[in-house]
Amino acid sequence: MPSVFGVLFDGFAYGMLLFLMSVGLSVTLGMMNFVNLAHCSFAMLGGYVAITLMNAFGWPFLATLPVAFIAAAALSVVLERILFRRFYNSSDLDQCLLTIGIVFVSIATAAYIYGTDQQPMQLPPYLRGSIAFVGLDLPVYRLFLIATALLITVVLVVTVETTRFGAQVRAAVNNQRMARGLGINVDGLFAATFALGSGLAGLGGALAIAMLGLDPQFALTYLIYVLIVVSVGGLGSISGSFAAAMLLGFSDMAGKYYVPSIGAFLIYLVMIVLLMWRPAGLFGRR
Amino acid sequence: MASEAIAVRPVQYLQAQMRWRWSEAAFWLATLLPFVLTPNYLVLASQIAITALFVLSLDLILGYAGIVSLGHAAYFGVGAYTAGLLSKWGFGEPLTGLLAAAIMAGLFGYLTSFIVVRFRHLALIMITLGIGLVLQEAANSASWITGGFDGLQGIHTWPILGKFRLDIYGYTAYGYSLAGLFVVFLVARRIIHSPFGLALRGIRENGLRMPAIGAPVHAHIRTIYTIAAIIAGIAGALLAETTETVSLEALGFQRSADVLVMLILGGTGRLYGGLIGAAVYMVARDQFSGLNPQYWYFWIGLLLIAVVTLLPNGILGGLAHLARRMKVTS
Repeated sequence: MPSVFGVLFDGFAYGMLLFLMSVGLSVTLGMMNFVNLAHCSFAMLGGYVAITLMNAFGWPFLATLPVAFIAAAALSVVLERILFRRFYNSSDLDQCLLTIGIVFVSIATAAYIYGTDQQPMQLPPYLRGSIAFVGLDLPVYRLFLIATALLITVVLVVTVETTRFGAQVRAAVNNQRMARGLGINVDGLFAATFALGSGLAGLGGALAIAMLGLDPQFALTYLIYVLIVVSVGGLGSISGSFAAAMLLGFSDMAGKYYVPSIGAFLIYLVMIVLLMWRPAGLFGRR
Repeated sequence: MASEAIAVRPVQYLQAQMRWRWSEAAFWLATLLPFVLTPNYLVLASQIAITALFVLSLDLILGYAGIVSLGHAAYFGVGAYTAGLLSKWGFGEPLTGLLAAAIMAGLFGYLTSFIVVRFRHLALIMITLGIGLVLQEAANSASWITGGFDGLQGIHTWPILGKFRLDIYGYTAYGYSLAGLFVVFLVARRIIHSPFGLALRGIRENGLRMPAIGAPVHAHIRTIYTIAAIIAGIAGALLAETTETVSLEALGFQRSADVLVMLILGGTGRLYGGLIGAAVYMVARDQFSGLNPQYWYFWIGLLLIAVVTLLPNGILGGLAHLARRMKVTS
């Protein structure tokens, strides 16, 4: 039986990953109400970019992370400009169908290029092993993961809370039409937020390989987790996403450690109960 | 044209809608063609009829009441397991199996409808998805009753009406499935062209205004959701009885997504849209079955993107649009 602290630690690391992968979707959904089910495809892209650079070109792991971010952000901008922007006023259903179509295409493309197997991943020596801390063995990579994600979270929160860009984003999430009326370029803002969010997902995907693995089904498997985080946290709420990601991380890890026989049953049930209690999410206002 | 439609009384409008058109008669006569033209494909034809019935049930809630569901396979699965278990425990009378499946799926649909009715937008999609996933996990865990990952074995379906034995060519299976589809279709058609059906379309178009004219929106949604669950359960039972096996895949996410794709492909809110979508999708999948499923989904993905961008109302919507334009130009 693993110690409670160990489960908490793993759940925390896992929750941070989920947060990175879902915060972008939450903000863009809150701003434009655009249901982007392809969000995890960007995360998957980041993962594959990182693994290709490492295994085929011999790049060090840390150097691949920014590239994963940029690749996912760049592709998302292209898709947003060509395809997504035409659907902002469409029904939920059309948006879902369009983006699930992209998910299917991305899964098939990844399977075509890389095969359906899990990708082999070799962490650099300084991220392997574990550190003994008050009688506990803490894996170095998970510590690194938590530190990176916390750093990004702090940067994100400071940006959104203190900068002009952040104020515009908050205004647009709060009331898109009013923000337009005040002369804020919501479309440009949305494109920038979309790229940033997808980039974070790409980074999350690259960081996730060593913990969750990477195969073409990644885009669909973790889409469900990301959607749970977003809907439970409340659309457009960064703190809500954070809380929901943590809750999901803990409950999934606890479920897997203590009652493995019921599988993912627990988190789906947690989601349904939470949504029944608060249909707009924990921190949602609508 | 539009002004005429408004001028008539609602009852007349509904009666005009309910009248059978020659194209409808031709469609149902054409469903008999596989018996003569493609007797080697009757097993596939039977699958298509069952899937079409399932798509029809989704059309009732999505196309008419505007409820997007990503977990509709849950009701299909409940129906399939009910009929399968009844037969496995020694009572393989098919019509009773259908009835039992309809009752169980309807009951489950009625209970979950209280949850579904409270949500809109993303939360609705997540809730339906969650219900589907919870049920799938439950069925997987309860392997002592459902057979878990290996599927439910040992189903034996008695001859239909005590006369028609299931054969390997699928004559009986197709006839049985088609009869089921036709009967349920008649019921669905009657529901859609009733005042209740009109109220559903009102809810789809504007759920906030409907209460203002005295329509009990929540009660209507609960009713149609339960009816759709019953139909999905019947479809599941038909599949379990004709194939004499039930697998976990019957209530998986993949089936929910597939059925949505078929409906969109055919066109929502048109009754026949789902039937045509199911036929096109299933035949195409059968023809391309040599392909790796991964690549099959590449084309499905492209198809989805193309349908949403180019043919927003599906195949039938596109055809209707074409027909209107031809009329204008001629």
